[in-house]
Amino acid sequence: MDAQEIYASLDKLFPGKVSDLKAEVFEPYLNVDKDAIVEICRFLRSAPGFKFEVLSDLTALDWPKEEKIQVVYHLFSYAHNHQIVLKVDLARDNPKVATVENVWKVANWFEREVYDLFGVIFEGHSDLRRIMLPEDWVGFPLRKDYVEQEEYDGISTQRAPLVEKLLR
Amino acid sequence: MKPLINSLPETVFTTKVDELLNWGRASSQWYMLFGLACCAIELMQTGGPRADLDRFGAVPRATPRQSDLMIVAGTLTYKMAKRTKLLYDQMPDPKYVISMGSCSNCGGLFQLAYSVCKGVDKIIPVDVYVPGCPPRPEALTEGLLRIQDKMMRERWLVKPSEPAADQSGAAE
Amino acid sequence: MSETAPARGFYTEEDMTISVGPQHPSTHGVLRFVVKTDGEVISEAIPDVGYLHRSIEKIGEKVTYHGYVPYTDRADYLAAMFANQAFCMAAEKLAGTDVTRRGEFCRVIACELNRIASHLISVGTFGQDIGAMTPFVHALRERETINNLMEEICGARLTYNYIRIGGVGYDILPETCAKIGEFLNHFEPIVDEFNRLLSGNKIFIERLAGVAVVSKEDAFSYNLVGPNLRGSGVKWDIRRDIPYSVYPELEFDVPVGMAQVGALGDSYDRYWVRIREMQESCKILRQCLQMMPKGPAISKVPKKFRPPAGEYYARVEAPRGDMGFYVVSDGSEYPYRVRIRTGSYTAMSIIDKISKGIMLADLIALIGSLDVDAPEIDR
Repeated sequence: MDAQEIYASLDKLFPGKVSDLKAEVFEPYLNVDKDAIVEICRFLRSAPGFKFEVLSDLTALDWPKEEKIQVVYHLFSYAHNHQIVLKVDLARDNPKVATVENVWKVANWFEREVYDLFGVIFEGHSDLRRIMLPEDWVGFPLRKDYVEQEEYDGISTQRAPLVEKLLR
Repeated sequence: MKPLINSLPETVFTTKVDELLNWGRASSQWYMLFGLACCAIELMQTGGPRADLDRFGAVPRATPRQSDLMIVAGTLTYKMAKRTKLLYDQMPDPKYVISMGSCSNCGGLFQLAYSVCKGVDKIIPVDVYVPGCPPRPEALTEGLLRIQDKMMRERWLVKPSEPAADQSGAAE
Repeated sequence: MSETAPARGFYTEEDMTISVGPQHPSTHGVLRFVVKTDGEVISEAIPDVGYLHRSIEKIGEKVTYHGYVPYTDRADYLAAMFANQAFCMAAEKLAGTDVTRRGEFCRVIACELNRIASHLISVGTFGQDIGAMTPFVHALRERETINNLMEEICGARLTYNYIRIGGVGYDILPETCAKIGEFLNHFEPIVDEFNRLLSGNKIFIERLAGVAVVSKEDAFSYNLVGPNLRGSGVKWDIRRDIPYSVYPELEFDVPVGMAQVGALGDSYDRYWVRIREMQESCKILRQCLQMMPKGPAISKVPKKFRPPAGEYYARVEAPRGDMGFYVVSDGSEYPYRVRIRTGSYTAMSIIDKISKGIMLADLIALIGSLDVDAPEIDR
């Protein structure tokens, strides 16, 4: 199935919840309403003809100019060898979306990483805590307006300039 | 035993005893496997068949309690820094540290990263820096030989020369 | 056992919590597991990662496209060529650049040599974790020859920076091709030596048969890729099913786990798939050396590389599975976002589930058979 057919079927079954198909690009993607993402994912995983058994990737993009954080889902199907990309737009100052952990178990770790680096809260997640950075880190580094802190745990984050070291 | 250390004059007998002790230590440096990143693979290849570290007496040990050399091979992140200090403190004296590769010398090519500690010498004192990304096995062997030279210069029975610029490891 | 003396010694019925790592003698890198066990049988093993998080994804937003290629090396240093190739494929697709035919063949030769090197380390350290010290040293010896060949091709032993946007950095000379042919003649009997030392060894088989079985549904739900997926019986290989580069013209087999000694999807199947993949890589290399055309090794790419706005997700079949680079460009000379999705990250997520009820020594065998690698997990 190609992207147009997937979009047409989804629009018929979930009216008003999907929008904005971009099919002429290399990776066709469509926008999904954030309240409907879990049921659409559940449908896409098991419906015959779609059969997206695998969540290839779950990541996020930060668009500060448009005041939104986009969560991107790459779905892939081994049975039919087709793929689709779903995007969910969230408000930048309070990004919250439901978790798809019960649809694909791998989403557990992907969502923890997106929480750690972007600050997106996944409601219903069983264990939402930082995974890459230490537990007491402040800030969400992959956002575009992240400012590095001066020191962590007593170690300064800057390297001494060369001139100062030579004069020491 | 304590009044004997660093108190005797420089005679043929005392310097030869010092040399014997240092030679025994330098020819059997047991290093702790502290491979963090890419340099760890080159550390393994250096201990491997071609550039053999075992011919210098250096064998890898898994635990810090049995080692006197710590080769920090790879990038140090802030999350790992506390554990590095803990492992360094667990090593018995006299201990030495080789910083292998650019990442542990100064942060390497990860100077722009937010989670990388720019150099392992912010946490533990380093004796020899081996540059490279990753250093060749021959470069790491050269670093080991420099540590051997440093060990041979230490004084145990002989009084250190004035002013106390030549430090010896057991003087407390 | 009398009624008056206590049945156990000084420890109680509760489990103890021990921490395996982050510094440990196995060579998978800095990983930590918080293990709840009663001394032998594990009730829970929770992985704790992030000790090698070098923020490679954030650095992608601060350097140019050409300058980012050395950073992709460090995303998985044992399979550096594949990460280079995936990023360059994504950048080329965004800008519409073509790759020369000789460049494609050079890429395949370098990648398949790197696959053999990576599987050698994987199989060697797996044997060492189980307790067999000899195959590890044999693997290091073979890897030294491959390191020499790589040094002749591109100048570096481990982090290559060889595959560039538009082709490869340096051409492969005919003398190097002759040496690769000699290496293949020498290496193919060595795999039989590995089979004699390890694969047919009774102790090795008993340690691994039936340990940590991963079913097909679990492999899909937890998104296992690469040899982990093929060990569970799924015949899927990106080189054959979503082909890229010149793989459609090459003939090779895709090995799948066959439940030779235990259940389908156990640790022995995943190990066996890796041994067979080394043999298939030798076949691919021989075909490439014969079919290599003449011509330039890299096409003309502007120094200020500025692809138009768009996004692309490039996948390659790396030794640890499907490595994907999701590159988003906004038209400037710095990428807007680079996302690296690796096979080891998802393989770590399944450890909590399949390690319930196995013994502590089996946990080490399980981690070795999944072939996880700290830089791929933490990036």
